[in-house]
Amino acid sequence: MSLLSYFFGTKQKTASVAKERLSLIIAHERGTNRAPDFLPELQRELIAVISKYVNVGPDDIKVQLEKQDNCEILEVNITLPEQPQR
Amino acid sequence: MARVIVVTSGKGGVGKTTTSASISTGLALRGYKTAVIDFDVGLRNLDLIMGCERRVVYDLINVVNGEANLHQALIKDKHCENLFILPASQTRDKDALTEEGVEKVLKELGHMGFDYVICDSPAGIERGAVMALTFADEAIVVSNPEVSSVRDSDRILGILQSKSRRAMEGREPVKEHLLVTRYSPKRVEDGEMLSYKDVQELLRVPLIGVIPESDDVLQASNQGTPAIHLKDSDVATAYQDVIARFLDEDRPLRFVTYEKPGLLKRLFGGK
Repeated sequence: MSLLSYFFGTKQKTASVAKERLSLIIAHERGTNRAPDFLPELQRELIAVISKYVNVGPDDIKVQLEKQDNCEILEVNITLPEQPQR
Repeated sequence: MARVIVVTSGKGGVGKTTTSASISTGLALRGYKTAVIDFDVGLRNLDLIMGCERRVVYDLINVVNGEANLHQALIKDKHCENLFILPASQTRDKDALTEEGVEKVLKELGHMGFDYVICDSPAGIERGAVMALTFADEAIVVSNPEVSSVRDSDRILGILQSKSRRAMEGREPVKEHLLVTRYSPKRVEDGEMLSYKDVQELLRVPLIGVIPESDDVLQASNQGTPAIHLKDSDVATAYQDVIARFLDEDRPLRFVTYEKPGLLKRLFGGK
C-alpha cells in the first residue's frame, strides 16, 4: 500500500471485503442448506387442507423457517383470494 | 460412556490433525484417559503427526470388521501415559466405515474407562467426515481466517446440526467450539486478514481459542511430536490455553494483538 493511500485510506481493506462477501453467502447458504426436509411436505399438506375450504393455489402459501440466535421461527404465510369461495 | 469430541472443518489443510494431536495430548497431560481416532480412511496421517507410524499394526477398520480387538489396535503414545492412538486404514476406502461399527468402537472405549475420545475428521463432507461427527458430544470446528475455510466451516456446522445423533434424536445439541488457526495479528491489523471476531461473528459459535501462524507447527510435524509439547512456543501455549478453556477454566486470549512499530518506522518503513 502506498504512502498516500495509507494516509487517505482510499482503498478498502481486503479483510472487510472478505467479511462482507462471507456474510452474504453464508446467510444465503444457511437459508437453502439448512431448511429442514419436512418444509416442502408441510407446504403441500397445508395447501391440500386449506384448499378444501378456501380456493388457494400452490403459490399462495409460503412456508419459511427463520433462525434468530437460539430461537427458530416457522413462518406460514397464506394469501387468501379477495372473494373466498365456500 | 466416554465424552466424544470431533475435530472438524470441512476444508482441508486448516489444522485438524495438528489440533487433534495437541488437544488429545493436552487432555492426557491433564490426567484424562484419552483416545484419538483417525477417521481419514485411505489417507492416514495422524500416526505421523503423533510419531507412531512405525508401530501401526491394526487400524480402525480392522476393529470395525472384528479382525482385531481394540487392545491390539490401540497404540500407546510415546510421551503420555494416558494417551492412545487408533490409526486409520490405508488400504480400505471410506465405505468400510459403518455407523454400527463406529458406535461399537466408541462404546467399547467407554467400557475401557476412557474419559475422552477425540475424532480426527477427514476434510470434506463425505462419509468419513459424517461418521467422525455422528456420535459427537462436542465439536471443535477449526477455521482459518480466510473465505473458503469460513464458508466450509459453516457448511460443516449445518451438518453437525442435522446429521449428528444428538440432532437426529432431538437431544441436547452438540456443544460447538470455534478454533481459529494460522492467525496473523499483523495481517489483521493491516486489514489483510479477517479478525477472529469477524470469524466468530460470521459463524456464531463460541470461541475456544486462537492459534497463531507459526513455523513451529512444521517443526513439530517433522519430528512427529504434537505441537503442544514444544518448549517456548506460542503455539504450544495457545493449545494449552484451549485445553484450559475446554475444561471451563478462565483464560484470556493471547497472541491476538500486534505490537505496532513506532511512528518513525510507520512513516518511513511502509507497512
